[in-house]
Amino acid sequence: MSSETITHGHAAVQTAAHAHDEHGHDHHHEESFLTKYIFSTDHKMIGKQFLITGIIWAIIGGLFSVLFRLQLGYPEMTFPFLEDLFGKWAAGGRITNEFYYALVTMHGTILVFFVLTAGLSGTFANILIPLQIGARDMASGFLNMLSYWFFFLASVVMFASLFIQTGPASGGWTIYPPLSALGQASEGSKLGMDFWLISMALFIVSSLLGGLNYISTILNLRTKGMSMTRMPLTMWAIFFTAVLGVLSFPVLLSGAVLLLFDRNLGTSFYLSEIVVKGEILPNEGGSAILFQHLFWFLGHPEVYIILLPAMGMVSEILSVNSRKPIFGYLAMVGSLFAICILAFLVWAHHMFVTGLNPFLGAFFVLLTLLIAVPSAIKVFNWLTTIWRGNIRFTPGMLFAIGFVSLFISGGLTGIFLGNSTLDIHLHDTYFVIAHFHIVMGVASFFGMFAGVYHWFPKMYGRYLNTTMAYIHFWVTFVGSYLIFWPMHYQGLAGMPRRYTDFSNWQSFNQFSDMNRFISTVAMVVFAVQLLFVFNFFYSIFKGRKVTSQNPWGANTLEWTTPINPGHGNWPGDIPEVHRWAYDYGKDGREFIPQTEPVGANESAH
Amino acid sequence: MNEQRKKIHPHKFTLWVAIGSILMMFAGLTSAYIVKRNQASWMMLEIPVLFWYSTITILASSATVYLALQKLKQREMVAYRRWLVITAGLGVLFLVLQIVGFMQFGELDIRLIGAGSNASYSFLLAISGLHGLHVLGGVVALVVIAIRALSTTNRNYSSIPLEIAATYWHFVDILWIYLFIFFNWMK
Repeated sequence: MSSETITHGHAAVQTAAHAHDEHGHDHHHEESFLTKYIFSTDHKMIGKQFLITGIIWAIIGGLFSVLFRLQLGYPEMTFPFLEDLFGKWAAGGRITNEFYYALVTMHGTILVFFVLTAGLSGTFANILIPLQIGARDMASGFLNMLSYWFFFLASVVMFASLFIQTGPASGGWTIYPPLSALGQASEGSKLGMDFWLISMALFIVSSLLGGLNYISTILNLRTKGMSMTRMPLTMWAIFFTAVLGVLSFPVLLSGAVLLLFDRNLGTSFYLSEIVVKGEILPNEGGSAILFQHLFWFLGHPEVYIILLPAMGMVSEILSVNSRKPIFGYLAMVGSLFAICILAFLVWAHHMFVTGLNPFLGAFFVLLTLLIAVPSAIKVFNWLTTIWRGNIRFTPGMLFAIGFVSLFISGGLTGIFLGNSTLDIHLHDTYFVIAHFHIVMGVASFFGMFAGVYHWFPKMYGRYLNTTMAYIHFWVTFVGSYLIFWPMHYQGLAGMPRRYTDFSNWQSFNQFSDMNRFISTVAMVVFAVQLLFVFNFFYSIFKGRKVTSQNPWGANTLEWTTPINPGHGNWPGDIPEVHRWAYDYGKDGREFIPQTEPVGANESAH
Repeated sequence: MNEQRKKIHPHKFTLWVAIGSILMMFAGLTSAYIVKRNQASWMMLEIPVLFWYSTITILASSATVYLALQKLKQREMVAYRRWLVITAGLGVLFLVLQIVGFMQFGELDIRLIGAGSNASYSFLLAISGLHGLHVLGGVVALVVIAIRALSTTNRNYSSIPLEIAATYWHFVDILWIYLFIFFNWMK
């Protein structure tokens, strides 16, 4: 068997024996602990590695939000245990300003990149792509393994940055220069910022390696009969996600490289005419806005990188559990495509108040509001999919419905923010916080939870405990609205983000009760997430065992594999596909798997 | 659909997607350059003469990697190994010429980095430097293939690794030509 070399930018990589060769036999080669669980090239194991790393990051990132909500909800109280834990960062039991900024910055970075990008699309792209398109493994198992290990390295660097003396990066997750470029400007812009940039560079390499693999696997390794239009919508969504990542992450990398130059080599890409603490800096001719363009050219597609996989999984889960075909399959694909294109054309709506030419802004307003069209198509199709369906309220289904609810609520406030005139009042307020947390943060988390509950039986051959799952769903669902709904009012009143204490601020201390309420709910919701984590790990070992190959009665190919599939997925030949994935409730039959040939009285789909 | 159509090798396809990705990075950098160029205190670039020689070198290396691939397909293994080693050598020469070219700025008293540096030259350094890293990646790939080709224990006549490396090599060549024209035109 030939080994091959491919080059991909920064390194030359060799891949040994293909994992996707059409073996007619089961893989029974001996696997050591190291090759099975650590340096695995099996897509299912890599997916689980992404998921569990993502869960650990989610606990850390979520805990950070509890800490700063503690400050926002109870600004006048002191908590001596915080000083015991964090020392000078919480001197006297109060979170210091530097610590607060570090917490919000790390909360954003961790949740956006490490949890909702790597933990979400890394997990489900890896687990689902080969299983749902009918392939033995990814196009390159080795690149796939590297993708996880680059993510792991990025995680190690980011985690290490939490423990350095001057603290982690703390200029906000968007790391705008000049603050992030000048070490003398703040503690968080010292070593922590370099760690942040190095970690993100590694992270970008990881997501590029992953994305390349996802794209070439979906386009090249589909089983016989699996045309693009017979793929489940999860595959389409993950495909577009990977395309977005491959085209936008390199631009962030270029922005980050220039920032590294400015920080460490004294260049002036982003710096001009700055005085820090009485010292006049020699830099001139730089443009801080340039960074924002480069950042948001990634940053906006990043929103869809987070959201699209959730949309795809929700489409699949809604259809399976309503026992009805997805409504408007091609419209769903088309709207994903439209969102993908628009994602690259709206970045400047994050920059309406940077002095952007209002004439230019008008175009970005128009393009931004255009996103409402494909979004509305999707919402309409989700609702019509479950309309008069024979709904089974499994935990996965509940989270999928919750996703649709949150996507509607959060999407509507996007129409407010997409207007450059309204944005003059609303930018940098809690209205923005509420908007993006609901539509991108919590909604994507719901998609992720839906996916975990739905595919857990495939991952581990056991079910998650449903009682804990229902508690998890209802508390999270109600809690999310209780946390973020009041923030809309605060934002409309002009309450700005990134402040540690509003109690001495005449305009906003009217909200102190509201802040306390939000913080309390946030703590409850966080506790319930820990219940989910417990359920997850408990069920891996002690959950109820799956006894049938196809527990949800679904059509897609992953349910034709054995309950605990080995490396190679199917013991015999890869099944051939004869129809699309959504023949539910057709011709008096509850479901017709994709592998079943089209009958004499049916027309092909 | 009844006949399995001839598909592109998945690793080759992956490379094409990777090329698209790398292109986006340089598109980001060169558009940043254009944005910056239209702002205050921009210095006209002076491109060192040495860059012309490095351009010729990398162009020549594209021709030699093409010859290496031809020879491999014709099973002329001696000539194949020769052209392969020459290509890797030209790649290294390109990198050396680039580095020497940048050192010449010091003699002209032009600062690339640090106090008194102008963004135009910093851009030249950052963009060419990133391109150089990509060339270095190609050189490593060629060296790995060359070591394998010179090994006596491992006989391998598959042309796919070299085809992939050659496509990448042509890409970094064309990328440099683009950057070179860009810098000369957009001074």
